[in-house]
Amino acid sequence: MSEINTHTHLSVMHKSSNSFYQKWRLAKDTIARYGVVAGGMGVIAAVVMIFFYLLYVVFPLFLPATAESASQYPVPESALGKTLLLDMEEQNQVAARFTDTGNIVFFDVASGKTLLKAAVTIPAASHITSFAQATPVNEGAVIYGLSNGQAVIVKHQYKVTYANNAKVITPSIEYPMGDKPLVLAESGLALDKITAQISDGSTTVVAKTAQHIYLSSFQKEQALFADEATLTRTDAMLNVPSAGVQDMLIDKDGSHLYLLSSQGRLDFYDIGDKSSPVLKQAQNIVDAKQSITSLTFLNGDLSLLVGDSSGLVAQWSMVRDESNRSMMQKIRAFKVSDKAVIALKSEQRRKGFLTLDATGELGIYHSTAEKQLISEHVADGLSAVALSPRANAALMEAADGKIRFWTIENEHPEVSLKALWQKVWYESYPKPDYIWQSSASNNDFEPKYSLVPLVFGTLKAAFYAMLVAMPLALMGAIYTAYFMNPTMRQYVKPVIELMGALPTVILGFLAGLWLAPFIEEHLSGFFALFLIVPMAIMVFAYCWQFMPKPFLEKIPEGSDAMLLVPVILLAGFFAFSVSTPLEIALFHGSLRDWFKNELGIGYDQRNALVVGVAMGFAVIPTIFSIAEDAIFSVPKHLTVGSLALGATPWQTLSKVVLLTASPGIFSAVMIGFGRAVGETMIVLMSTGNTPVMDLSVFQGMRTLAANIAVEMPESEVDSTHYRVLFLTALVLFAFTFIFNTLAEVIRQRLREKYSSL
Amino acid sequence: MIKEWFKTGSPWVWLNAAAVSICLIMIISVLGLVAVRGASHFWPAEVLQFSYQDDDGTVQPIIGEHVDSSVTPAAMAKANGIKMADNEDVLIQYLIKTGNRDVTGSDFRWIQERHIKSQAVPEAIVVVERREWGNFYGHLTAVKESGKVIASGEAAISVALQKLAETLVVFKDIAHLEKKEIGAVNYDLERLRLKQKGLQLRNQWDAQAQTDWAAEKAADDAQYHAYQAQLQGLYQKVRQHSIMVKADNGKELEISLAKVVRLYQPNQMGVFGKIGHYGSKLVEFLTDDPREANTEGGIFPAIFGTVLMVMMMSVIVTPFGVIAAVYLREYAKQGFITRVIRIAVNNLAGVPSIVYGVFGLGFFVYILGGNIDQLFFPEAAPAPVFGTPGLLWASITLALLTLPVVIVSTEEGLSRIPKAIREGSLALGATKLETLWLTVLPMASPAMMTGLILAVARAAGEVAPLMLVGVVKMAPTLPLDGNFPFLHLDRKFMHLGFHIYDVGFQSPNVEAARPLVYATSLLLVVVILGLNLSAILIRNHLREKYRALEG
Repeated sequence: MSEINTHTHLSVMHKSSNSFYQKWRLAKDTIARYGVVAGGMGVIAAVVMIFFYLLYVVFPLFLPATAESASQYPVPESALGKTLLLDMEEQNQVAARFTDTGNIVFFDVASGKTLLKAAVTIPAASHITSFAQATPVNEGAVIYGLSNGQAVIVKHQYKVTYANNAKVITPSIEYPMGDKPLVLAESGLALDKITAQISDGSTTVVAKTAQHIYLSSFQKEQALFADEATLTRTDAMLNVPSAGVQDMLIDKDGSHLYLLSSQGRLDFYDIGDKSSPVLKQAQNIVDAKQSITSLTFLNGDLSLLVGDSSGLVAQWSMVRDESNRSMMQKIRAFKVSDKAVIALKSEQRRKGFLTLDATGELGIYHSTAEKQLISEHVADGLSAVALSPRANAALMEAADGKIRFWTIENEHPEVSLKALWQKVWYESYPKPDYIWQSSASNNDFEPKYSLVPLVFGTLKAAFYAMLVAMPLALMGAIYTAYFMNPTMRQYVKPVIELMGALPTVILGFLAGLWLAPFIEEHLSGFFALFLIVPMAIMVFAYCWQFMPKPFLEKIPEGSDAMLLVPVILLAGFFAFSVSTPLEIALFHGSLRDWFKNELGIGYDQRNALVVGVAMGFAVIPTIFSIAEDAIFSVPKHLTVGSLALGATPWQTLSKVVLLTASPGIFSAVMIGFGRAVGETMIVLMSTGNTPVMDLSVFQGMRTLAANIAVEMPESEVDSTHYRVLFLTALVLFAFTFIFNTLAEVIRQRLREKYSSL
Repeated sequence: MIKEWFKTGSPWVWLNAAAVSICLIMIISVLGLVAVRGASHFWPAEVLQFSYQDDDGTVQPIIGEHVDSSVTPAAMAKANGIKMADNEDVLIQYLIKTGNRDVTGSDFRWIQERHIKSQAVPEAIVVVERREWGNFYGHLTAVKESGKVIASGEAAISVALQKLAETLVVFKDIAHLEKKEIGAVNYDLERLRLKQKGLQLRNQWDAQAQTDWAAEKAADDAQYHAYQAQLQGLYQKVRQHSIMVKADNGKELEISLAKVVRLYQPNQMGVFGKIGHYGSKLVEFLTDDPREANTEGGIFPAIFGTVLMVMMMSVIVTPFGVIAAVYLREYAKQGFITRVIRIAVNNLAGVPSIVYGVFGLGFFVYILGGNIDQLFFPEAAPAPVFGTPGLLWASITLALLTLPVVIVSTEEGLSRIPKAIREGSLALGATKLETLWLTVLPMASPAMMTGLILAVARAAGEVAPLMLVGVVKMAPTLPLDGNFPFLHLDRKFMHLGFHIYDVGFQSPNVEAARPLVYATSLLLVVVILGLNLSAILIRNHLREKYRALEG
């Protein structure tokens, strides 16, 4: 009934709807066509998108830094004295000008408007004779040395409050050691040089008069349950070196004191024991004709930056020599200008620094990357400079009585080609080296982004994996494709391909928790395996031909692989059982100890050998499957022709089949290599993941992929570390892209060749 | 003679054959290792009692399960600082799982075979599986109720088992109350908090909204307090009973039954008893939550997370993969473009999986997720909703990863369909779409199925990218539950593969966790090999079918 209804319905509607229906059909067809084409192109789009996204994240690493002038204005309150120091708070909103009359002027950074004037309390009948910024710089403390042998420590600080959804920053000053001056020189002589180090528990002040250098340390001791802390004072005195003192610095721990003479001699004292400073080293740190024009610590206070009159900035760092003594040593130098370097400012969170030279040129450098980031002319006759704590703005006072406010865009100074790929001399390392050490808990850590150990580890792991996988997979493929009987092949091939389906996390787990301890315990047996198993196979094969003919005929041709299984198992068992007596007889009981004592090769439980075996296992099916296909699809008439001409099967194989299939085999190896390079879980679980560069098979490594897995979750988004990790992902992507594309092109060619044969 | 033999080339053939044999031995021994270690984990082991003489000559009893043994040559043992007599060639050591971590500080202990004076299998030994501190091995001395002894000596075990059964029933109620009921209230409270913030953000936080909101909140609070009171009562009930046990070193301690999962006497069990125990452990493994930092208990959340993620991935990957394959096989002219697409497919398959993880984290999580949060969930800020790794992003990332598997497999299926079928359909006036939709695709559906199964198998075993885009070691809630909108795409989840990595390598007590990792590995291997085998079977079946069609 319904059918008839539909029919009549259709025929009634025929005229009007048929053409519409046809159009709708065609329209659907067209829409589907476009949809499907778009879907096909989507695959290309996906690959391109992955590439460009990685590139997009990596790109800012290589953007040049920029600096530009934001505003300039007359020096605020210039009547209050000449500027000794300019400083800025973190938000780049408020700056402070310290004058030689003991006044501190806080002003708005953008406009130069005075916000607050504060005068430091100085005893009557005395005046300021010396001034210094106390270390660490981010504490914001300064010290004034007075004409009566006393000193005052002042701290400037900023309170951030929110009022009506607007940020208000209120500056203030504080006297951390009390507003009564500290008496340093009992003689009452003027302090002509001064420096200080301030931390929560202790304060160390070093001051120089015309005759002596006074070292005073104040230890704050907080008694339990008491509100008041007591100060314990320790004093020591040094003689002024004959060369005089031009500059003095104490590091942030208060354990090292540096005295610089005007001839460029640097005296380095250990003041760990405040009552008896010890002179550790005295050295000239500048060429005889030049003089030192500025001196400062690099962030972290492990290195000194020394600017001289020839425009050279040298980094001097504490280096341990062969006899394990720490010595100051020049680890690198920057040619900043042809004129004298007049000011050096270190960044407070990175290993970068700012330079000003006598011609008014502003430079920003990064020490680890050995890179000049910015070089701009600011104004003639620059005298004072402040670099903001985030190193994204600078204030400079010029001879024309104006302060210039510049903003700096410098996100990733740590990365340069040299830092990534060449040896770098890091602070407190004895020599330049390749190191990957990306993060630490403290702020003044020097990140070490050398990709060399990671690339080395990746290639090492892949190399050992290929060493295991290539012979097994290729020989297996040759046998399976060419010699094995078809019924057996039908089962063997899927079984080996099933190997590839095993999750790598399980292989990694077995490698790390089962294989690694097993090899460690049976190392000699493992080596015996390589010797005994091939020998056993050969002996068995040789004897096999003498078996009685009727028996041989019963065994189907091409099932040698099955026959060999018990042989290999027995040989393996034998290898492990003789290993202990052998070890006792030849290697004093332990092969591992023998390696260590006789050859000096250390043994790591999770090492390249374990990775090689485990990752080899994972790579075998990939190589096997592709190579087997290539060999199997060599046209039959080629082999049959060769055999007909009297060649043995082996000759046919080695002279005809393998030659024809060689591009396919090559692409199989390349794809296998690509897989080994990118494998993550196995390496992550079966090596110690230490980025060492050691070729030894008994040492671990860290690969690019494992490094990403370890560090990515903890890396801060858009930081240099994050982008460098993306760079390593991009390196991996590009590497496998090249290998896979090449392999695929070769295979496509091969397929065409076969079809034309 | 030998020279002749080498000339024939037959030794090389044998060597090649050996390579195949070695590969086969390797895979079978790996599977065997996982199967044996994984499956034996649940079998109740005999608990031995040793009388052991320490180096200083004192003899003490040690109770525990034998786990492992090692044989060390005398020289090596000496190098490790162990005193060896001259007539001893080797040192035999046993690893004993002694449990009682709260008493002795560690679960395992190596003992030397030569110091064992005697060993026995006393039937009275009980094993107590606890919710904390691992297993206890020792003797049961008494059962207490509210601090008073109600049974001791021989009778204690039956009373203890009965009381434990009662306690476990109450515990089920507690678990239900805590997870389901209180979980739902907490979820609703969080929703209310966000609602309030949202209304304030949109400036709709007026008097009407405030009273409505307060009413809802009050209802939730009341509900919460009611549940809390109920919970209090239940907890009081389970804490009533306790057992007194004696460890091998003679120390006696009291274990509250609230802390006990299972109590049994392995040395008294018959075969059927052991099978029953095995079954109950297996069920616990498959259906329970993990305990003790994932080293004990079940792995249900990991199974659930894996399945859910794989299902979501399938939904995403199938249409894209099929469309791309259809384009390659049915629409595109074979030439430069298809070659480029094939290269792209091969690259997608060859790019290291960790790179997908990096891409997923950067692009999906931070860029897409971050923007979704800004647009749709401003009230949740600064806590991210989709701007953090989660189920959705993990599924999409893995869909991208498994795309080539589906494409290759579907394409193969399409290529096997005889041309005649398409031509017949077109000749009858069908459009290309109709031909595809009504004849070609239905015929190719088993091939798509194969591709999908292989993709699922790949995704179930992949760990590296998931570590970056959404897997966690311990997810407090499942991504699918009874709270609206039921499927929580933004939640993090647990995954079998990651569970293996985490428990095997990151857990504080690797030695104790190892059997569980083997069991988890076995489950994963069985699932993945099962999926692969079924894919192979479907494919073979398909090939047969089309061979018949062509013939």
